[in-house]
Amino acid sequence: MKHLLFAALGAAALACSALGAGAATLDQVKQRGQLACGSNSGLTGFGLPDDKGQWTGLDVDFCRAVAAAVLNDPAKVKFIPLSAKDRFTALQSGEVDVLARNGTWTSSRESDLGLLFAAVNYYDGQGFMVRKKLNVNSALELNGASICVQQGTTTELNLADYFRSNNMKYEGVVFADVNEVIKAYDTSRCDAFTTDVSQLYGERVKLVNPDEHVVLPEVISKEPLAPAVRQGDDQWFDIVKWTHFAMINAEEFGITKANVDEKLKSDDPGVRRLLGVEGDFGKGLGLTKDWAYRIVKAVGNYGEAFERNVGQGSKLKIARGLNNLWNKGGIQYAPPVR
Amino acid sequence: MSVRAEPAVAKASPFYDPRVRGFVYQALLIGTLGWLLYEAAANAAANMRARNIPTNFDFWNKTSGFDINFTLVPYSAQSTFGDAFWVGLWNTLLVAAVSVVFATLLGFAVGIARLSTNWLVAKAAAIYVESLRNIPLLLQLLFWYNAILKPLPNVRESLVIPGLFGAPFAYLNNRGLILPEPKFGPGFAWTAAAFALGVALTAAFAVWAARAQRLTGAQKPVGLVGLAFVVGLPLIAFFAAGQPLTLDYPVLRGFNFAGGARVLPELVALALGLVLYTATFIAEIVRSGIQSVAVGQSEAARALGLGTKPMLRLVIIPQAMRVITPPLTNQFLNIVKNSTLAVFVGYPDLVSVFAGSVLNITGAAVQIILATMAVYLVISLLTAAVMNAWNNRAMIRER
Repeated sequence: MKHLLFAALGAAALACSALGAGAATLDQVKQRGQLACGSNSGLTGFGLPDDKGQWTGLDVDFCRAVAAAVLNDPAKVKFIPLSAKDRFTALQSGEVDVLARNGTWTSSRESDLGLLFAAVNYYDGQGFMVRKKLNVNSALELNGASICVQQGTTTELNLADYFRSNNMKYEGVVFADVNEVIKAYDTSRCDAFTTDVSQLYGERVKLVNPDEHVVLPEVISKEPLAPAVRQGDDQWFDIVKWTHFAMINAEEFGITKANVDEKLKSDDPGVRRLLGVEGDFGKGLGLTKDWAYRIVKAVGNYGEAFERNVGQGSKLKIARGLNNLWNKGGIQYAPPVR
Repeated sequence: MSVRAEPAVAKASPFYDPRVRGFVYQALLIGTLGWLLYEAAANAAANMRARNIPTNFDFWNKTSGFDINFTLVPYSAQSTFGDAFWVGLWNTLLVAAVSVVFATLLGFAVGIARLSTNWLVAKAAAIYVESLRNIPLLLQLLFWYNAILKPLPNVRESLVIPGLFGAPFAYLNNRGLILPEPKFGPGFAWTAAAFALGVALTAAFAVWAARAQRLTGAQKPVGLVGLAFVVGLPLIAFFAAGQPLTLDYPVLRGFNFAGGARVLPELVALALGLVLYTATFIAEIVRSGIQSVAVGQSEAARALGLGTKPMLRLVIIPQAMRVITPPLTNQFLNIVKNSTLAVFVGYPDLVSVFAGSVLNITGAAVQIILATMAVYLVISLLTAAVMNAWNNRAMIRER
C-alpha cells in the first residue's frame, strides 16, 4: 500500500511540478544548500544508517563526494531511503537529485525511464545464497527449488532467464520489501535467496547465524551498479560522472584522504591538474577548480571508500576483484582530467 | 399573490435572477474544475515527454520476462505484460471471493453468537470482535504469515495427510498444502452435463412442488429428489463413461513436490487475515441488524406457533437483512480494497504483479497506476451494483 501511495505521489508530483527538466539541477542544489540523494533503506556496505543515525556505505560516500564537490561540505546531503520499486519514480519526479542506490545500468532504464547512469561505481553480478545443510554446491543443482527474490529488480528477470536457459524449474516467491524477502528465506519458505552478490554478503551478516549460509560460486548476470540522474541536464550528469572519475583517478595517482594536502605540492602534472593546482577543470562543470581536491579530502579515493565500506575494513570483506583499478587486474578505469 | 408577482420578477435584471445566478455559479465551478484537471493532465504529459517517460500502453504486448509462482491462467516468462495483468487480476478476484464467502459465514456466526443467552459464547464472541477489529490489518497479515510459516516443517519433513487405505494423500509443509490434482479425461464432459441437467431438473421440481403446496398444502420431498438428481445423475454418467478422472499425486522430487496442486501459504495467510479482520465488522453489522427487528415481531411469530428456526428464517432474518445489506456491501468492498496488502506477504495479486513488477520493468508508472485504480473502481462498482440489486429486492415494498 505504501508503495502504491508512493507511486501515486510520484504521478501527482509529475502532474503538479512545473516543467523542471530544463532547470539546472546544480542551481537547485546550491540554492537548497543540500543534495537530495536517493539511497538504499538498509543495505550493509552500500547504504545503511548506523546506530547514531549516520549513513554509511559505498553509495553513501558517493553522494557525500558529490556534496563535497558541489557544496564544499560532505555533510550537506539528505539521504532519502527508497525501495527498489520506488527508486526510479522518485528520481523521475525530482524527489532526489541523484540516485546512488545500487541500481543496475540497463538499456531500458536509460531509454524508457528517462534516466542516465553516470559511471559504474561497483561491478556486481547476481548470485544465490543457500543453507549449508542443503549440500548444494552449484546453482545448477537448484532445479525445482523455491527462491526468494525482491520485486522490481533486474534480479527477477535474470532469475527467469537463468532457469529457462538451463532447462530448470523453480518457484519464485516475490516480495516488495527486501526485509520481507530475508524473513521468508530465514523461515525456510525458500531454499535460496537471490540478488546481487555484494548484497548477498551484506544480508548474510544480518542473519542469525551467518555461518550456516553459503553464497554459491555462480554469478549469473552482469550487474554494473551505477548512480543515476535524470535526462535533460548534461551539466549535472557531468558533475556526477566526474565525481566518480575523480575518485578513480585519485587512487591511480596514489592520492589519499591523508596525503591530499601534501600532494598539492606534487610535480606530477596529472596530479596538479586533478587537484586544481594547474589549470581550471572545474569551471566547465560549474564548480570551482579544487573540486576534486575537496572530494578526496572529504571521502578519500575510490579504493579507500571501497575498503572502508565493503572491503577488508568492513564486515563484508569483499575482495576488490573486478572493482580493482585497470592496471591492477580490475576494470575500474577513468578518463583523464585534462 | 404569486400570480401578480410573476411579471415583476420576469422584468428584473437576469443578474438578480436566482436561477440564472445558480446556473452561472455551477458553470463557473465545473469550468474551473475541468480547467484544473486539464492543466494537471497536460502538465504531467509534458513533463513525462520531456523526461522520456512512456505515456502509452505499448508495453502491453511485449514479453514480460518474469515468472509468477501462482497463476490461475496459463502464464510463463515468455508471456506478455498484458498476460501478467490478467494473472494478477484473477489472483485478486480469487482471494477476494474466498475472503468474502468465509468472512460472511464467520461474521454471521459470530454476530449471532454475540446475542447468545449463553454467557461464555457471547463473551468469547465479544472479545474476538473487540480485539481483532482494533488491530491494524497489515500487522495482522504479517502476524498470520509468520504464524503459518514458522511451525510448518520443511519440505523433506512434510506432514503427511493419509487418504483411503493409508496411502499418502496430501502433504503439508512451509511451501503450502500439496494436494493431488484431478486430471479430467475426455468423457468427463458428460458428467458435467449430467450435473447441469440435475440442477435444472431440481429447480423445475422445486417450482412444481411450491405450486403444489400452494394449491393442496401437501409438502413434497424437494431435498431428497434434488439430491438424487444433482448427485445421482452425474454419478451414473461418470461410471457409464468409464470413470474419466485420475488423480495426479504429488511426488517429492529434489527441493519441492512435483505434480499435484498447491495451496500457497501466502494465499492462506492473506485470506485468513482478511477473513478474521472483516468478520468482526460483519458480526457487528449482523448483531445490529437482528437487534433492529422489533421484539413484537418474534412474539407475534411465536403466537402464530412458529418454532425458533422457522421464526428466524421467515420473520427475523428477512427483516434484519434490510438493515444488514447496505453496510455489508461496504465490508465486501473493503475486502477487495484491503487485498492490495498482498504484496507484504508475497501473494501475487494485481498490485504486486501489475503495479509492482510490471511497473518497475516498464517504467510506465502513471498509466499503470491509473489502470490499476480503474480496475479496483470497476470491481467495487460491480460488487456494489450486485448488492444494491439484491437490497432492492429485499426492501420493504411501500404501497
